[in-house]
Amino acid sequence: MIFNIPFIAVVALILIGLYAVVFKRNLIKMVIGITLIESGVNLFLITLGYREGSVAPIYTSSPGGIMSLPVPQALTLTSIVIGVAVLALMLSLVVHIYRHYGTLDARKIGRVEE
Amino acid sequence: MNIVDAVLAHSPALIVAVPLIGAFLTPLVSRLNDKLRNIFVILVLGLTSSLVLLLASDIFTKATQGLPSIHRYVFGSQDLALPVVRILFEVDGMSIFMAIISAILALMAVIYSWAFMKENTGLDKYYTLILLMTAGMLGMELTGDMFNFFVFLEITSISSCALIAFWTHKGEAVDAAFKYIVISAIGALFVLFAVALLYGQYNALNIAVLANAIQYTFLDKIALVLLIVALAMKAGIVPMHMWLPDAYGRAPSSVTLILIGATQASLYGVFRVCFTLYGGVFNSLVITSNTIGWVIATLAIITILMGVTMALRQSDFKRLIAYAAVAEIGYMLLGVGTRLASTYINDYGQITFPAYGATALTGSIFHIMNDALDVGLLFLVAGAIYYATKETSLNRMGGLARNMKYTSIFFIIGLLAVSGMPPMNGFASKLLIYESTYQLNPILAIIAILASIMLLAVFVKVFHSAFMGPALPKFKNVKEVSKSMLIAMGVIAAIIIVFGLFPNLVVENIVRPAADALIQHSSYITHVLGGI
Repeated sequence: MIFNIPFIAVVALILIGLYAVVFKRNLIKMVIGITLIESGVNLFLITLGYREGSVAPIYTSSPGGIMSLPVPQALTLTSIVIGVAVLALMLSLVVHIYRHYGTLDARKIGRVEE
Repeated sequence: MNIVDAVLAHSPALIVAVPLIGAFLTPLVSRLNDKLRNIFVILVLGLTSSLVLLLASDIFTKATQGLPSIHRYVFGSQDLALPVVRILFEVDGMSIFMAIISAILALMAVIYSWAFMKENTGLDKYYTLILLMTAGMLGMELTGDMFNFFVFLEITSISSCALIAFWTHKGEAVDAAFKYIVISAIGALFVLFAVALLYGQYNALNIAVLANAIQYTFLDKIALVLLIVALAMKAGIVPMHMWLPDAYGRAPSSVTLILIGATQASLYGVFRVCFTLYGGVFNSLVITSNTIGWVIATLAIITILMGVTMALRQSDFKRLIAYAAVAEIGYMLLGVGTRLASTYINDYGQITFPAYGATALTGSIFHIMNDALDVGLLFLVAGAIYYATKETSLNRMGGLARNMKYTSIFFIIGLLAVSGMPPMNGFASKLLIYESTYQLNPILAIIAILASIMLLAVFVKVFHSAFMGPALPKFKNVKEVSKSMLIAMGVIAAIIIVFGLFPNLVVENIVRPAADALIQHSSYITHVLGGI
């Protein structure tokens, strides 16, 4: 692979995601940040199993040559499914928070008045 | 092979499968009758707990006799040609010890919920989520596969987030759930990233295979940091503890009880990573082990101090207990830190650790169970008071001992236990931790004891403001809570007193085998590799 670009992309995605989660005040932007981290990790898993010029690992109809490793792809599939569930739950919580407080600013919600 | 042996042989799978199947059957049963559903859920968790206890008795009897006690359960093909892609469950003393805690907590929470949640709607979803969460926790504790660990971690966090936000009409509860899901989503992704780093190097996902192959390269160090940070974040250790008081304090009390189990399942992950996955590395590198041990011990001390001082100034009952729970987590970590920091090279050039290192680990493992019981009991009492008076602030309570005599007795038991007073169980484990940390560094032990005394002060204040004092007119009609809640609190209080009176019995038969299983990481590896 040229200059390890996929790995650089992985690190960039994860760092951008972390930046969004830590520094952004809008809840939706935090959710987007988490999805970015997730894409980064998934990309990393896929890149680990890929070899240049390889084909999909379907044994019965393979044209021959090297195949990419199927295990990371199975892991990624599981991780994507879990990620969708987490995303849906997070967004539904955001909807509830917006209904309750009328804002998505992290500084203005969840304060307990004594 | 009779039926008990057959059940025993398949129990690692059944322990996870029974609550999982129960979870998906609950909505169906709920269609028939509400009472039937409650009985069904209690039966499912009762069956799970008895399976856990059956497996535990087998493992602990074998371990105390010195026989190999690790259960290995292979999912899928028993053909040994493809070792990498199968999922294994590996159950040793430590796993089953944690599973006992989780199963008992879940069972008590469900019994408690019968009365506590009966005025709520949507209880079919509530019970489904509780069963899913239990399955997730037990899976985390029994699995022998890193990726499987990640999957169960996510199952646990998704269902616990939904449960924290169960009272959606309260904005604070939803906010706490959002905080928790952000923390756990990032934590779980870090774990997955670390798993990918390890997989990329060693082409294996199984914990034993990885522990055998691990070289401690630069990437392994990154993976170690990611794993410990992510799991410590989920366990609520100080720099990453801000979600814990919110989540514990704002969730329904029955959910908080299981949430303690989920937190400790993450803590189990820290133990597993430190002692099994990187056990060989730490055993061969004294400086690394000492450094990590001191880092963990320092964090533990900060956690204890932070938890106690924050607890002092709280006026919300459940939030106060939540900060006490943060402090208790510090005690467990202190033992682990002491064990890692105490390794040294002896006169013969071998790497070994003194006897107090083993005591520290025993104490901290014993304290995991004691913390779950003590803090759990206090949360149940806080929930009972909320149920009876609809009041959460300590400033507006008073004189409740007149109306709720059993609840106040349970609170006294919990109070004494959590602050480490004899003859409760908290004393037994905290004494083990004090005496071992004192030998490593007296200052650590002194701070720990002082924090414990402050904890006692905090709870005596709580007891006085909630239960003592003149009878308030607004609480004239407050009655003792219903039977199911008293049963749940009573069972936990009884276990606390029994453990406090016979700590030797518990330590010898349950805690020591668990600590040994953790220390002897090579037997964990050989047992699994020998079969593949």
